[in-house]
Amino acid sequence: MDLTSINPVLLIASLMVAATPILLAALGELVVEKAGVLNLGVEGMMIIGAVSGFIIAVETNSAALGFLFAALGGMALSLIFALLTQVLLSNQVATGLALTLFGLGFSALLGQNYVGIRAPSVPDWNIPLMSDVPVIGPILFQHDPIVYGSLLLVVAVWAFLKYTRAGLILRAVGESHDSAHALGYKVRRIRVAAIAFGGACAGLGGAYLSLVRVPQWTEGMTAGAGWIALAIVVFASWKAGRVLIGAYLFGGVTVLQLNLQAAGANVPVEILSMSPYLITILVLVLISADRSRAALNAPAALGRVFHASG
Amino acid sequence: MMRLERRPEPSKAWTAATPILAVLATMIAGGIMFAALGKDPFAAIKLIFWDPLFNEQFAAFSRPQLLIKAGPLILIAIGLSLGFRAGIWNIGAEGQYIMGAICGAAVALAVYPLEAWWIFPAMVLAGAFGGFLWAMIPGILKTRFNTNEILVSLLLVYVAENILASAALGFLRNPEGAGFPGSRNLSAYPAASNPEIVAGTGMHWGVVAAFIAVIFAYILLNRHIMGFNIRLAGQAPRAARFAGVSPNRLILFCLGVSGALAGMAGLFEVAGPAGQISIDFNVGYGFTAIIVAFLGRLHPVGILLAGLLMALTYIGGELSQFMLGIPSAAIQAFQGMLLFFLLAADVLTNFRVRFGRVEVA
Amino acid sequence: MGATPLLEIEGLTKTYPGVVANEDVSLTIQPSEVHALLGENGAGKSTLVKIIYGLVRPDRGTMRLNGAPFAPASPSAARQSGIAMVFQHFSLFEALNVAENVSIGMETPPPTRELAHRIREVSETYGLPLDPHRLVGDLSAGERQRVEIIRCLLQNPRLLIMDEPTSVLTPQEVEILFSTLRQLSADGTAILYISHKLEEIRTLCDEATILRRGRVVANCNPREQTAREMAELMVGSALQSPGRSNVTPGAPLLELKGLSAKSSSPFGSELKSVSLEARRGEVLGIGGVAGNGQDELLAVLSGEQRVEPDAIQFGGAPIGHLGPNARRNLGVLAAPEERLGHAAAPEMSLTENAMLTGSVRMGLSKSGFLNWGQARAFAEDVIQAFDVRTPGAGNAARSLSGGNLQKFVIGREIKQSPQVLVVNQPTWGVDASAAAAIRQALLDLAEGGAAVIVISQDLDELLEISDRFAALNEGRLSAFRETSELTMDTIGLMMGGAHDMEVAHT
Repeated sequence: MDLTSINPVLLIASLMVAATPILLAALGELVVEKAGVLNLGVEGMMIIGAVSGFIIAVETNSAALGFLFAALGGMALSLIFALLTQVLLSNQVATGLALTLFGLGFSALLGQNYVGIRAPSVPDWNIPLMSDVPVIGPILFQHDPIVYGSLLLVVAVWAFLKYTRAGLILRAVGESHDSAHALGYKVRRIRVAAIAFGGACAGLGGAYLSLVRVPQWTEGMTAGAGWIALAIVVFASWKAGRVLIGAYLFGGVTVLQLNLQAAGANVPVEILSMSPYLITILVLVLISADRSRAALNAPAALGRVFHASG
Repeated sequence: MMRLERRPEPSKAWTAATPILAVLATMIAGGIMFAALGKDPFAAIKLIFWDPLFNEQFAAFSRPQLLIKAGPLILIAIGLSLGFRAGIWNIGAEGQYIMGAICGAAVALAVYPLEAWWIFPAMVLAGAFGGFLWAMIPGILKTRFNTNEILVSLLLVYVAENILASAALGFLRNPEGAGFPGSRNLSAYPAASNPEIVAGTGMHWGVVAAFIAVIFAYILLNRHIMGFNIRLAGQAPRAARFAGVSPNRLILFCLGVSGALAGMAGLFEVAGPAGQISIDFNVGYGFTAIIVAFLGRLHPVGILLAGLLMALTYIGGELSQFMLGIPSAAIQAFQGMLLFFLLAADVLTNFRVRFGRVEVA
Repeated sequence: MGATPLLEIEGLTKTYPGVVANEDVSLTIQPSEVHALLGENGAGKSTLVKIIYGLVRPDRGTMRLNGAPFAPASPSAARQSGIAMVFQHFSLFEALNVAENVSIGMETPPPTRELAHRIREVSETYGLPLDPHRLVGDLSAGERQRVEIIRCLLQNPRLLIMDEPTSVLTPQEVEILFSTLRQLSADGTAILYISHKLEEIRTLCDEATILRRGRVVANCNPREQTAREMAELMVGSALQSPGRSNVTPGAPLLELKGLSAKSSSPFGSELKSVSLEARRGEVLGIGGVAGNGQDELLAVLSGEQRVEPDAIQFGGAPIGHLGPNARRNLGVLAAPEERLGHAAAPEMSLTENAMLTGSVRMGLSKSGFLNWGQARAFAEDVIQAFDVRTPGAGNAARSLSGGNLQKFVIGREIKQSPQVLVVNQPTWGVDASAAAAIRQALLDLAEGGAAVIVISQDLDELLEISDRFAALNEGRLSAFRETSELTMDTIGLMMGGAHDMEVAHT
């Protein structure tokens, strides 16, 4: 095994690329859960985003349009979830699962003629001057716009939840929909909006997989990324900054194990490929073990059905 | 505008009618989807729901397939339904199915080529045990560390798939297989095979086990305190604790049973219809069984019927792929749609829909 | 009076399927007036105030505010017109801090820093001290009410609606609240005060409107009526007080010795060194403001939460480690406060709910297998003995009215002939006749030789039925005193946590 073939600078730079899909999806889900809704369909929305983004990008030869339609695709699927859970009051766990099962099947159907094609490339935006700084340049300033966008989104979600009135209302709805309703807030509308935002983010995350990270379309290519995004929201105790840490941690594990595989490490390939999932489980255990803390941070109305009776 | 009024009690009539309504709605929406793919929607729907059973050309091949595919779906869904009723969400049955198959097959491969009556029963036990252990991981993590069982059980599917790859390529690979991936063929090893019991029916031991599981679950839910506790915990968790139900024991019981049944289903499959451990012998029954459980209203008899219906869509899907060139993914989307419509139609069970002036919401 | 009334309501009618919530309701509120809205549970008080606050739209009828037509489409519209409301079940958010909670209830909140400043200012003006930066989840019930009130006051309302505000307060806190309300009224704010507590209304209010079954049955000046007259208008018939013959308490049956236990909920209160002794034939009353450990005490006594074996003793034997069914087996039974979801499963039938606690003592199951025939017979027995109004034992618990379900829940435990029965809020949200029936049943049970522990926030109830009284405060239980020797002042001190009081007395 030749560990010297692993370049730490490239490793960190590719870590950010590996983490971006999950970061986007987890940020979206964070907002959804803060509004008190548990959408387990992240995986389904991601893969619909991956396929719709890929198809549009190939057909129009524009990655930008691809990302736009990926967001719309993810949002469209999330609106089915919104219709079922918010209007027809279905169980959120079951509906989220349905979203994932449907998304996996439907994306395979949509993408059947696009397997094995290359997507139009997404250019890197090298920040002038900064990108030439040794070590820091390649790590931080030689990425594509989506990576920068995802980092901006972390700040935006954090500031939205902490400092804006809309963010306060969103948190209040997630804390107690009955109280929010009694004060006259439109619980359902707020939640539908949050769900749509989550869908768009998941769609973007999926498209980042099919347009940048891989970049190809294959059936079931999200391979659990949506579930890991859900786990990262729990890991982050519903805080945007910690979502960033969680996603980059996961990205690091993924990239490291791929590099070890490439370097011919003396560990069975299967163990390396299952390590991201195992580490996610381990992290979940460590976070959940502290019961009092986990309970304090979780939105109190998470997953509960709201029906205004009065 | 539409508004919903909670019924004082869930409607019994709608409980039974919603799955039928959902199937009809899925046929219509599926027909539109097929039409969009440029296929004749009526022919496609007929191929999926009618021809596998009644078309003389196909029925001889298709009818036995019905039980072969329904067996594992029902067996897994019965186990899942117990947990779903209690609010314990094991969605990693696919992983437990894989681990059960590996453990059960390992028993046979360890004693090969011995012929003895106890080998197959020992494999069934090992399969159930493998699934049980795999489901105990989320179970124990949840009871000990309060870890979300949905995420853990699901993430473990990916781990199980890697173990399967490693088994098919490594520790269970057929030493006489000229280096091809995959284990020895168990269906060609009489002491370890799970053959068709009655020729031409598709009935194998896994189907028998599925029927037994249906009866067992029915008695459990309706006549036994454990079943009562399961229902109670799902509907009113605080009332369940007040009634003396230990949440931790219930979590372990539900996950354990569903894991064991999924593991058993995996073993029956690998020793029968699939024949060997190969890198992709699992075809997603563990996920489809989630749909079966909901479509059957988490009721044992309902699951029996839903399992048969879902098996039909699998076979019909293959037929329509063969006859009309409808891609196999379409059927998966079709099944997902069915679950959507079912969940949507469910609103009628618990609410009265009224039209008229809207309350200020 | 001549001046334009602040709010005139005429002919308001609101029907829900099967229920007429309000029928032809009219009332008038003058500026600065403290107006009582009086009625039993289910008389239509909540619906009426929800209409005024824009949460519900009436089917018929008109409202005028300062002479102009008034039909708020939403609470926000009502707030903009100068109407504010303090809810009975607070519309607060536990995980948000005081300032955030205030801000979210305001139409145009000032920036956080200024808001915090104004919260301090207003809270000091009206004698309701509050720290804007504390989490609401950590506040007591009384402090939470202050948050609600301050949220209203910051908007300079012309009409302040208060829904059952004193049910969560100690007598001393009630005094403070009343002086705040009088001050507000003197400053020109009208107050619509909803309650069923007659003495309070007589001390505070200028006018009273009494509702029964959705209709206005009387308008009166509460200061000129006796509490009894108003009560009879409210209920529509003469009231019977529960009666009992005097029993001398027997041997101690259940003892708690310095029991401490953590709460299972994040904002719950921890029980600290609770001791009590329940004797045969007596009713122990445990008062206190909500959220001071009542739920935790019930959980510990029912066996839902287990403690050190010796901390709880039944007939001298340690039972702290036993679960609910083992305790039922011994005869220690309980009925929690929350009917739907805790004492009963809402979606399940009464037969199934009878099984829920009855399986052990009534022999409804044999080696794990259930006897549904017997369970049904037991449920029907309870329904008959306690006059539970329902079409049959096959109906879901959710379909029963609050009072009927409560009779079923209490009856289910009493019918199992307990040695010790612990109940939390046995008559909360229950109409007067059902409440009287439940209290009588509890007294009869004690008379039959059982020990009964009643945890309640209704002081009148505890004074009426308990032999000895103690109060919970922040998870500590005061010493028990003979109920007959109590005055409102001592009760207030006990509820407020003046623990050294008993030392001074002994």
